[in-house]
Amino acid sequence: MPESIYKINKRFVQAGLAAAWPICLGYFPIGLSLGVMAQKAGLAPWQMGAMSLLVFAGGSQFIAVAMLAAGASAVAIISTVFMVNLRHLLMSSALAVHFPGVSRRFLTLFAYGLTDESFAVNLTRFNQGGWDRRSALTLNHAANATWVFSSIIGVYVGQLVPPGAVGVDYALTGMFICLLVFQLRGPIFTVTALMAAACSLLAYLWLPGNAYVIVAACLSATAGLILKRILRSRERHP
Amino acid sequence: MNNRDFLLLMLAMGAVTYLPRALPLVLFSRRTLPGWFAEWLELIPVAILSALIAPTLFSQPTPRLFVLGKVELLAALPTLFCALKTRSLAGTVITGMLCYWGLTLVM
Repeated sequence: MPESIYKINKRFVQAGLAAAWPICLGYFPIGLSLGVMAQKAGLAPWQMGAMSLLVFAGGSQFIAVAMLAAGASAVAIISTVFMVNLRHLLMSSALAVHFPGVSRRFLTLFAYGLTDESFAVNLTRFNQGGWDRRSALTLNHAANATWVFSSIIGVYVGQLVPPGAVGVDYALTGMFICLLVFQLRGPIFTVTALMAAACSLLAYLWLPGNAYVIVAACLSATAGLILKRILRSRERHP
Repeated sequence: MNNRDFLLLMLAMGAVTYLPRALPLVLFSRRTLPGWFAEWLELIPVAILSALIAPTLFSQPTPRLFVLGKVELLAALPTLFCALKTRSLAGTVITGMLCYWGLTLVM
């Protein structure tokens, strides 16, 4: 590993950790419940650790564990994981403007930690200004460390945790609701969110599989953009 | 499934997850994006998050059906309120979990 990446200014690391702790707090119970589920599916602690380290994508790991438990084929599992995580394509694209001319090496390390949550928090911070990419990298890897650690712990304590304890099943939903609120930065954003919700629900009910997120996100962002352009041209030519 | 097959499966899952994360960052950070595309990408985060949540709140899996009044939806109201008022991720997550837990106990 190049030294330049590790000679990181302490201040940027601390800022990254300070911003990461709500994500870590949110990840911990989710990782724990993933570990509990994996233990019930017959996975060993090292297997859970390997999955969390190599894949690091919450939703798809829950699905993968369930599919492993059900004896699904490797091809089915891999293609499902690919489809579920394809949405990162959009997030990675949206983040790219904040890394102009940054080295491939840095982006390679950063991309590993791109999740729904780190994406939403980093993007919010970049938009607020003064957010250093080294802080963003720290945030990603703090979240990853929490994820790996908590999912392994979950396998060990599997039997001790009663199902649904202290609403652990709701942590992910609660987090997404809050991150959604962070993204409501104007009327166009709110309208886009409402269209995405309706579209996602319809796609979820009518289309098989997990295509609903990408379908709904692409359609509603396109509709939102068209609406924005129409409103802008009306302002110019009333 | 033996250990070698398991690790190979994990590596494949990791690869198909990593590529969509890395490719756009590497490709798009080195060029200026057309205006319409940049504006479209600005709307993507809010669209993705909303699309992720909606089925959880308004439907059930197997078989996929529209449902109104799920515990998830009821708990979402105080959670949403908390997010709007406090703008705290940790506070909102904890509020959501406690509301959901309380509602599952009484319902």
